[in-house]
Amino acid sequence: MSKAYETVIGLEVHVELSTKTKIFCGCSTEFGGAPNTHTCPVCSGMPGSLPVLNKAVVEKAIAVGLATNCSITRNCKFDRKNYFYPDNPQNYQISQLYYPICRDGKIEINVNGEKKYVRIHEIHMEEDAGKLVHDSWDDSTLVDFNRSGVPLIEIVSEPDMRSADEVIAYLEKLRMIIQYLGASDCKLNEGSMRADVNLSVREVGAKEFGTRTETKNLNSFKAIARAIEAERERQIDLLEEGKPVIQETRRWDDNKECSYAMRSKEDAQDYRYFPDPDLVPIIISEEWLEEVKRRQPELRDEKKERYQKEFDIPEYDIDIITSSKRMADLFEETIELGAAPKKVSNWLMVETMRLLKENEMEVEDIKFSADNLAKLIALTESKAINSTVAKEVFEKVFYDNIDPEKYVEEHGLKTVNDEGALRKVIEDVVANNPQSVEDYRSGKEKAIGFLVGQTMKAMKGKADPSMINQILKEIL
Amino acid sequence: MELTSLTAVELGKKIKAKEVSVLEATEAVIAQIEKLEGNLNCYVTLDKEGARKRALEVQEKIDAGELTGPLAGVPVAIKDNMCTKGMLTTCSSKILSNFNPTYTAEAVKNLEDAGAVIIGKTNMDEFAMGSTTETSYYGITKNPWNENHVPGGSSGGSAAAVAAEECFYALGSDTGGSIRQPASFCGVTGIKPTYGTVSRYGLIAYGSSLDQIGPLAKDVTDCATVLEIISSHDKKDSTSVELKEKDFTSALVDDVKGMKIGIPRDYFGDGLDKEVKEAVLNAAKVLEEKGAIVEEFDLNLVEYAIPAYYVIAAAEASSNLERFDGVKYGYRTKDFDGLHSMYKKTRSEGFGSEVKRRIMLGSFVLSSGYYDAYYVKALKVKALIKQAFDKAFEKYDVILGPTAPTTALEVGKSLSDPIKMYLGDIYTVSVNLAGLPGISLPCGKDSKGLPIGLQLIGNAFEEKKIIRTAYAFEQTRAYERPEMVKGGEK
Repeated sequence: MSKAYETVIGLEVHVELSTKTKIFCGCSTEFGGAPNTHTCPVCSGMPGSLPVLNKAVVEKAIAVGLATNCSITRNCKFDRKNYFYPDNPQNYQISQLYYPICRDGKIEINVNGEKKYVRIHEIHMEEDAGKLVHDSWDDSTLVDFNRSGVPLIEIVSEPDMRSADEVIAYLEKLRMIIQYLGASDCKLNEGSMRADVNLSVREVGAKEFGTRTETKNLNSFKAIARAIEAERERQIDLLEEGKPVIQETRRWDDNKECSYAMRSKEDAQDYRYFPDPDLVPIIISEEWLEEVKRRQPELRDEKKERYQKEFDIPEYDIDIITSSKRMADLFEETIELGAAPKKVSNWLMVETMRLLKENEMEVEDIKFSADNLAKLIALTESKAINSTVAKEVFEKVFYDNIDPEKYVEEHGLKTVNDEGALRKVIEDVVANNPQSVEDYRSGKEKAIGFLVGQTMKAMKGKADPSMINQILKEIL
Repeated sequence: MELTSLTAVELGKKIKAKEVSVLEATEAVIAQIEKLEGNLNCYVTLDKEGARKRALEVQEKIDAGELTGPLAGVPVAIKDNMCTKGMLTTCSSKILSNFNPTYTAEAVKNLEDAGAVIIGKTNMDEFAMGSTTETSYYGITKNPWNENHVPGGSSGGSAAAVAAEECFYALGSDTGGSIRQPASFCGVTGIKPTYGTVSRYGLIAYGSSLDQIGPLAKDVTDCATVLEIISSHDKKDSTSVELKEKDFTSALVDDVKGMKIGIPRDYFGDGLDKEVKEAVLNAAKVLEEKGAIVEEFDLNLVEYAIPAYYVIAAAEASSNLERFDGVKYGYRTKDFDGLHSMYKKTRSEGFGSEVKRRIMLGSFVLSSGYYDAYYVKALKVKALIKQAFDKAFEKYDVILGPTAPTTALEVGKSLSDPIKMYLGDIYTVSVNLAGLPGISLPCGKDSKGLPIGLQLIGNAFEEKKIIRTAYAFEQTRAYERPEMVKGGEK
């Protein structure tokens, strides 16, 4: 490769909004459910049915727009995007082309210590499609409209990203903002967040953008990063061979780690967009906008600032705890129950992160309650259990959200605080280990460790090490 | 006395007074249908047994004092583009030949709640596209005044059924004149309400921004009464409006003194049949004699209404009709090879040629590169037409003109020249484009003995003014029944 190339990337991110009901009817948005049980004449496209806009969708879209520094379109509209496909019961999707609800935003990302803005072109609202289920036994395809009409926002960035790292940073930031707002859970693997990558390459220094492709079917951050690398290389190879890059939509196959062309611009459909006559324009009044602003929850930067003031924990801890809304909520709830901030942050940062990593889980998958974490912390604070036992119990809390008080009780894990009984055991240990006693007395401080260990072993772990230390020193 | 000659309100009174039972009224209509339907073909679907059963239920409720409205127990016919739960709803199309809705349209539900007995679903132009009821997949409907003539359209089945007394009143829908023009051709009265007055929920859409359900009946009183029942603020229809007042029957007053009536000169130019012109101007004179102030004025933009209408209606229709694809309901082609072949064959076989023409026209005007030149321009024309009406209504209470340029056309003469057929909508379409209310009522007959319709147009939500004017005019003449209907009287 003789020339140096620059990658230019823009993203189209679809996010499923977590409203209780669908965007244009009263059906539940709940995931799962037997096929076609969350449906009505509207979301199954029955003749004569009409859409009625769910205001909660507008409010969530505005909230995301405000948090991403967009201007809000005060008089916006829905348009119909016409195309035939069986998962789309009306054969048109209600979306926004001409007057999207949010425009001209930006968010700050941080890659390897360098700050940069990614501009947001627009955010628009639209409805999700149903799901096609292929029955290979019968060689037929069935349609499930449960997802049809689930509200989506599409966040379209400007082509401001230059590497996979920047893309991931942008997506993580976007996800964090949306989760903080409670607008969506943003799970890539469940499809509540989906990203399509628009990518082109150009020689470093070139003014014009190259021809771009759009890559779809990216179900994880890892897949996105791999797809970006592969597409960048594919386009550079083409250019090096003197071949043109064709503007087309490509589908990523993460198992084969390659993409293949779905359709080119030539056979791109004409969606014949026009304003949906069944829906009236959405007028966002000053009062309404103010109301949404007032209800806007504390976002990460504000939270960080507050933590610094309110809690005596290091900045490093604050950074990790606030990196997800779930974690920050858990942190605050546990403190609310009386636990010391530093103790809570330790459990979250060390043991929780370790177990998440070991199990390849996301923070959003955390099952345990603040209540049980607070109880566990209280048990250690009162020295009812020692730290080794506490770690053991925490694993139970982490996996099964058990009540640590009950668990410790039922399994007899409580530290023996009966000084008399402990002293007796220690006296036995001292009597049985004359060599170590000798070593200690001759100045080998470390020897006491062995004696503590022997005592703990005899106590089956249910002793407070500091108490053992204290008694040992007295005896010796 | 012949029961079927009563108006809906007259029958309602007799039912309430226990002079006539609901079943008797239903049987009278069924007998009339059995006598004339073979010639006229007003209905796509008849539900005689269902109607008899329903008659008994309604009677019980009336007897128990649960139903006290003016139309309780009165048999009605519903245009076949309104969903009726469990009753075939075809839009007179092959593509919906097997479609049984899972729910009932709001306007129909309002009638049912008021004790209506549904006799059946009336024939129409396929998907309400046409002005003659000749584009129906289920055969043409004939005009009760002369079987060689069309009843008009697209609510031709409803208008003919009212004129032929195969029902006491009917619901129609009007996108560009589809209630008023057939009312005019069949010598009955029909109201197209202000857009937003009657819920469109359950009305199978043609041109969503123009469609409006309304009544067809023997007189103005019936129409006002029906409108009072069917109009409602429906949260299921975003374009439905909460009315300040809907006491339409309070406007049934024989007094037009001081009422300012404007006659647009543009409505009396080339293309208007001489006899129609005479009858309409005569009606204006009658109103003037009753104390109205009648004046001519220039409405302007009339020649742009038809192209704007056909662009907007076809554009919306091309999208509205996409859902008929053989996947979920309705007709599906028998042999196909893959999804696209299924779509193509289903729609090729399922839609008639007028529907296809409008789908193609609509798809064309919405395609990229043409959108601004056609669709956006048509919307601008629509706004200008509304402005022209707004200006007129600063001066006038009511605008008076013909409903259609001619009386009912001969069967088989229209479809070969669609442009000419479209031009027949010249006096009605601008009312839809501007979202205004309009009424058509009989004002005479031509030398062939065919009825002539008078159209009164009101400002938005001022139905009461046109009802009042129409009622006052109606008092000066007697309701005429077609010979065919009178036939059985001797």
